[in-house]
Amino acid sequence: MSAPIALIDCNNYYVSCERAFDASLVGVPVIVLSNNDGCAIARSAEAKALGIRMGAPVHLIRDKIRDHGIRVFSSNYALYGDMQRRVIAAIEPFARDFEIYSIDETFVDFAGFEHLDLVAHAREMSAQVRQWTTIPTCVGIGPTKTLAKLGNAAAKKNPIFEGVADLRDDATRNWVLDRFPVEDVWGVGRATAGKLAALGIHTAGHLRDMAMKQGRGVGTVVLERLIAELRGVPANVVETIEPQRKGMAVTRSFGSPVSDIETLMGAVAQYAMRAGEKLRQHGLVAGRVTIFFHTNPHKLDRPQYTASRTLSAQPMTSDGLALLAYARRGVESAWREGYGITKAGIMLEDLMDADHRPRTLFEDGSGRRGRLMAAMDEVNGRFGKFTAVPATQGFKRAWGARSEMRSPGYTTRIAEVPCVRA
Amino acid sequence: MLETVPVHVAAIELPMLLVSTPAGFPSPAQDDMEEPINLADWLIEHPAASFIMRVEGYSMTGAGITDGDLIIVSRAVKARPGHIVVALVHGDRTLKRLRRREGRLWLVAEADGYPDIIVDEHVETWGVVVGLARKYV
Repeated sequence: MSAPIALIDCNNYYVSCERAFDASLVGVPVIVLSNNDGCAIARSAEAKALGIRMGAPVHLIRDKIRDHGIRVFSSNYALYGDMQRRVIAAIEPFARDFEIYSIDETFVDFAGFEHLDLVAHAREMSAQVRQWTTIPTCVGIGPTKTLAKLGNAAAKKNPIFEGVADLRDDATRNWVLDRFPVEDVWGVGRATAGKLAALGIHTAGHLRDMAMKQGRGVGTVVLERLIAELRGVPANVVETIEPQRKGMAVTRSFGSPVSDIETLMGAVAQYAMRAGEKLRQHGLVAGRVTIFFHTNPHKLDRPQYTASRTLSAQPMTSDGLALLAYARRGVESAWREGYGITKAGIMLEDLMDADHRPRTLFEDGSGRRGRLMAAMDEVNGRFGKFTAVPATQGFKRAWGARSEMRSPGYTTRIAEVPCVRA
Repeated sequence: MLETVPVHVAAIELPMLLVSTPAGFPSPAQDDMEEPINLADWLIEHPAASFIMRVEGYSMTGAGITDGDLIIVSRAVKARPGHIVVALVHGDRTLKRLRRREGRLWLVAEADGYPDIIVDEHVETWGVVVGLARKYV
């Protein structure tokens, strides 16, 4: 069996971040709205219980908000980004490596930790995150990312797991898979789920037992890989699944520490181009770009530095060069001399269908950029060269996003730090 | 209101760069410059678990903390009696000294006229004050 992988996922992440600094939000329904205050993208358990759906447009739930006194917040990405840095820092000592999947989900490589009771180890990791940040989490453990994700969902849904589900255990895995609706399996789209239902495949367990060839016929190569991962065979399925609408990340550890900005920029440029490719492949555009990089947290004798910067993309884009330009600005702003950077990445959030994206007045309508993109994609391997790309191309700041109910910059602005009564 | 405030003097090594430079020719020895002192790094040992908060009120002036001060609150340090802590009392953030008296924990002010608060199920110790920052001008 392959090395154990865990997925640690923050519960109702944005709401939990708001609650960290405002105790009056505990125990009451809370929702956080998307960019421009359009729809609910995070809901507390109490709000879910009131039937507020993920992505519910705010103008359709105004009555509910008023009648139940639901507390409503604009998204405060500066806060969520800062809290994420803290969450990751708390996770790091517990893992050999990690891979940020979205702002609130991180895959953790437990290779080398197998001799431990991994459930206890995961509980400790979760407790550390809770202690340092107040953010509650759930953990799923499995031999593949798909099973870790399923384990996470099970841990979240079923209190019997007390926050940690280990699907390496056959009995637990079968128990969970037999109860897990196939349409909720990560990467199974609605159309595929319909076809599977016609074949009598209703649970993740049924899907696991489906012949792989048949799987490829019904779905795509993604479904075939999912079947493999449900059987415990890693098949790189994360890389092929359509990114979730809340975001995706491209990250990598460096073989040796990077201490000059050009090399770092080269790597981040490659991630930006890769992220753009992935968006285009799925017909999506992104509204926010975050870059991050940090030193090796396990080498405490070396100077430590963790940086991240988030920029909003206006217009929303899947253009690798535009993403690169944002990434460049982020890296330039966050760079500090004198540190050996061992990991870097780019994260895209606020994803939506390219066809539905809000148009802006000054959008470049010509096909030139598309052709350029294709050419750039071809030389993707030679990423060092991307550093020569000018950072000023094609994005114009039109107007600020609406965010009328945003909480303070509790952890990012000295004038807005929380007050304590003495 | 003026009060005597205890000041902890910490020894900080101030690196001096004394390199004689021949005019017009940079010395290679100067290349290995040290970073300037970063007060935040010194104040905040555990950035991932530390939060900056602003003090409102005068109940801790006896401990040298007054209205308008910025404090560093760490959640990586376990609160023990004697620590100055940020606690949630019925959900409200308050700054007090944690004390043990006759087997019970109390939140105690360090100024006259503030009642002691017993630590019960309505009180949650949120973090420990590990540092203080103040500007005078």
